[in-house]
Amino acid sequence: MSIETPLPVLKPSDFASDQDVRWCPGCGDYSILAQMKKMLPTLGLPRENLVFISGIGCSSRFPYYMNTYGMHSIHGRAPAVATGLKTCRPDLQVWVITGDGDGLSIGGNHLMHCIRRNMDLNIVLFNNRIYGLTKGQYSPTSPLGKKTKSSPMGAIDNPLHPLSIAIGCEATFVARSIDTNITHLGAVLKRAADHQGTAFVEVYQNCNVFNDGAWDYAKDRNTKAETTLELEHGKPLIFGKDRDKGIRLNGLDPEVVELGKGISEDDLLFHDERSPEPSLAYLLSRMRYEDGFPEPIGVFRSVDAPRYDEQINEQVNQSIKSKGRGDLEALFNSGDTWKVS
Amino acid sequence: MATTTPPKPVTNLDEATVRFCGDSGDGMQLAGTQFTNTSALLGNDVATFPDFPAEIRAPRGTRAGVSGFQIHFSSNEIFTPGDTVDALVAMNPAALATNLADLRQGGILLLNEDAFEKKGLEQAGYTTNPAEDGSLEGYKLHSVPMTKLTRLAVEDCGLSQKEADRCRNFFAMGLVFWLYGRSLEPTLRYIDSKFGKRPEVAQANTAALKAGYHYGETVEAISTQYHVAPAKLTPGTYRNIIGNQALAWGLLTAAHMSAKQLFLGAYPITPASDILHELAKHKNFNVLTFQAEDEIAAMTSTIGAAFAGSMSVTASSGPGIALKGEGLGLAVITELPMLVINVQRGGPSTGLPTKTEQSDLNQALFGRNGECPMPVLAARSPGDCFDIALEAWKLAVAYMTPVFVLTDGYIANGSEPWRIPALSEIPKIPITHPGPSANGDRFSPYQRDDKLSRPWAIPGTPGLEHRLGGLEKQDGSGNVSYDPNNHEHMCRLRAEKVANMANDIPLQELDGPESGDLLVVSWGGTYGACVTAVHAAQASGKKVSHCHLRYLNPFPRNLGEILKKFDRILIPELNLGQLGAVIRSSFLIDAVGLNKVQGKPFSVAEILSKINSLVA
Repeated sequence: MSIETPLPVLKPSDFASDQDVRWCPGCGDYSILAQMKKMLPTLGLPRENLVFISGIGCSSRFPYYMNTYGMHSIHGRAPAVATGLKTCRPDLQVWVITGDGDGLSIGGNHLMHCIRRNMDLNIVLFNNRIYGLTKGQYSPTSPLGKKTKSSPMGAIDNPLHPLSIAIGCEATFVARSIDTNITHLGAVLKRAADHQGTAFVEVYQNCNVFNDGAWDYAKDRNTKAETTLELEHGKPLIFGKDRDKGIRLNGLDPEVVELGKGISEDDLLFHDERSPEPSLAYLLSRMRYEDGFPEPIGVFRSVDAPRYDEQINEQVNQSIKSKGRGDLEALFNSGDTWKVS
Repeated sequence: MATTTPPKPVTNLDEATVRFCGDSGDGMQLAGTQFTNTSALLGNDVATFPDFPAEIRAPRGTRAGVSGFQIHFSSNEIFTPGDTVDALVAMNPAALATNLADLRQGGILLLNEDAFEKKGLEQAGYTTNPAEDGSLEGYKLHSVPMTKLTRLAVEDCGLSQKEADRCRNFFAMGLVFWLYGRSLEPTLRYIDSKFGKRPEVAQANTAALKAGYHYGETVEAISTQYHVAPAKLTPGTYRNIIGNQALAWGLLTAAHMSAKQLFLGAYPITPASDILHELAKHKNFNVLTFQAEDEIAAMTSTIGAAFAGSMSVTASSGPGIALKGEGLGLAVITELPMLVINVQRGGPSTGLPTKTEQSDLNQALFGRNGECPMPVLAARSPGDCFDIALEAWKLAVAYMTPVFVLTDGYIANGSEPWRIPALSEIPKIPITHPGPSANGDRFSPYQRDDKLSRPWAIPGTPGLEHRLGGLEKQDGSGNVSYDPNNHEHMCRLRAEKVANMANDIPLQELDGPESGDLLVVSWGGTYGACVTAVHAAQASGKKVSHCHLRYLNPFPRNLGEILKKFDRILIPELNLGQLGAVIRSSFLIDAVGLNKVQGKPFSVAEILSKINSLVA
């Protein structure tokens, strides 16, 4: 008779480390931390099998506040550190916590390659459109014209859009949420955790010190129904306080239409997160408030594809199967040898 | 095969040095490798020096495209690929022009006569044909129409002329094999295994090889055959081994001896890529090779793999190591064990990618921000790369620290006979990870043992959850700490931990009397030239001793005592005095440098002449 020890039931507080959280009061990061701690117990994973890896920046202090394994690494390199870890230890669930500067500027290269390899990592990019930890320079997601200490006459760098980058690298899971939309955020994090392969999540996060209100249009209870659109798989793209507007495809371009007046739900674009072709997800990532569109939140894309960490280990197994387990003495004696007596 | 040619007289030699040179597409590296293996199989001690251009195919016939391979083989123990060449094979005028200076007066010169035509001569910068103008009178010159004879030899094989001409290197090999009485068998076996799928190519190469051999046997102009008897090496089974291969095998063995999975994070770079290639071939040894997107990812994935609990290694060369600098700081502050291999090449910047140098010692010792000490070891020969991998890993895990291993292009690409060790001779490398903890106490990742080493707790272990990182940590608890005194304590502690390794590493050995007029201090790949030069000086009665450093940080604890007992210290280095500066500042002694940065190894004569200039 075997007795299986049941996993202890964990509470959100079990995931809190004993370190004081030192983000500025009012920072959006608190909400993301809270939702993460709330979501993790629902996974049924033992705490020791969770690892949080981060780079540098405000968001990257995250691992210190989690009572799991973790590493606060160096600027931009978290995806690469996590790649080494996950490659050796596919049994662990590995999270990468990064920000718009860390992930898209100094670490852009690693992010891109990690995604295209479909490493089984969950990457959460806190996008506050500013460098917070270095006190307020413009970031790769700051809008054109953004005036900061390092751009007193306005930023002239065309901004990057995190989800467009991720989809361009053919990420197998891409989602967006908002720090204050806690129910939605928790659900998106759960979906990311359940996905096998790289799960890339952008979170609109407010930096109330250096870039306060950057996402107000998407968070304000009076406007958010008009400025955001909650994606649901298999459903038409409908938004608006009265759910009277939708997105229709006009050729290759999306357009906002009003329902009624000869336009029915069937005329609208239907969301298909499982489409193997990433173009539709890319199109959604291009819908911007500044261009008159609601910005989609939720899961843009969720498809299955082979994972690097799984395959690299599978190659080891295959090699052992075809050649036998490595024998050092046989290797040393392979090829031409001679005896000296 | 019926031949009526009477056997030619055989001259016995103690040793000889042969160099094959030609266009980089002429297959000279292959010719050299085959000659090396054959000589090693015959029982000679051998040392080799492949020398090739950075361009894969520089314009044909130009000096820039010349590739060479030098083999020194002997009936005695040897340590270098030879200062001067006894027999030079030049496949074209450019090869002759760039290599003739190394051929000793009276040496044998084999030219591919067919390549010495107008265009080839012009490309090499000759206004007259040296094969005909008498300028090569001081050598035993043999102009051989290798292209024509090769075409004739392979005409029945059904190859195009272009393909036929690719067999020329086998003709040249055959001729040199005859000259030194080497067997064709190993090369015939190679041809079989390499070209078995293209029988016509296999047949042609075989025909060209034999044609070259028979040419030597029959042509009257070449009157003597040479014989170099087997060397008296330590009994055992031997094979030929290349430095990078030895290093890769050392890593495999270290992983085995410590019961670890091996992870290599690497980005392709000359001359280190062969370590990646070799390990990628051996996945069945439980090896994960990760070809990263850049050197930074190669380094940081290595840190991730070390955190995971694997034997974690990254291998690169100078410019790549420069990119790893920030990651190395993280490796040091997280106190995770891993190996960082630098196969040094000529710098700065891209420098001389295919040429050797020892100019990254400062980079290894000091090339990081902050007080960031790392142990540094250097291999001295191709075969030694095997041992050093094991030794470096043993130190890395005992002291929980990244360890630098320096080799260089010269020993990484060079080869020598290697006595194959029995696994039973190789000590195990014990590693312990703390086990699960259920007492609910908070785990302290920076508690220390008597070596000041912290525990290697790996993810997945219940109760040991902890966070590492690049911010300064409180000793013991591992919490982020900005306390000024703790920071100084940690900086001193990390330095002390590395310095304490001196208690574990062997005492410095000395070759020669304990005191005298001159001590030659060397490190890394210059070992062979230094030991040979010092032995020659000792044989001529000079009071010279030699100590070769394997540990560059920390130094063996008796090094200071040794240095003080000599009137003068000479430090030959393929840089502008990097070890010299460290020795001078560490021991407050005067030391003379012999420095060279030409992308080439030292010759024995250069070192001997310096010794002679310092000691009467």
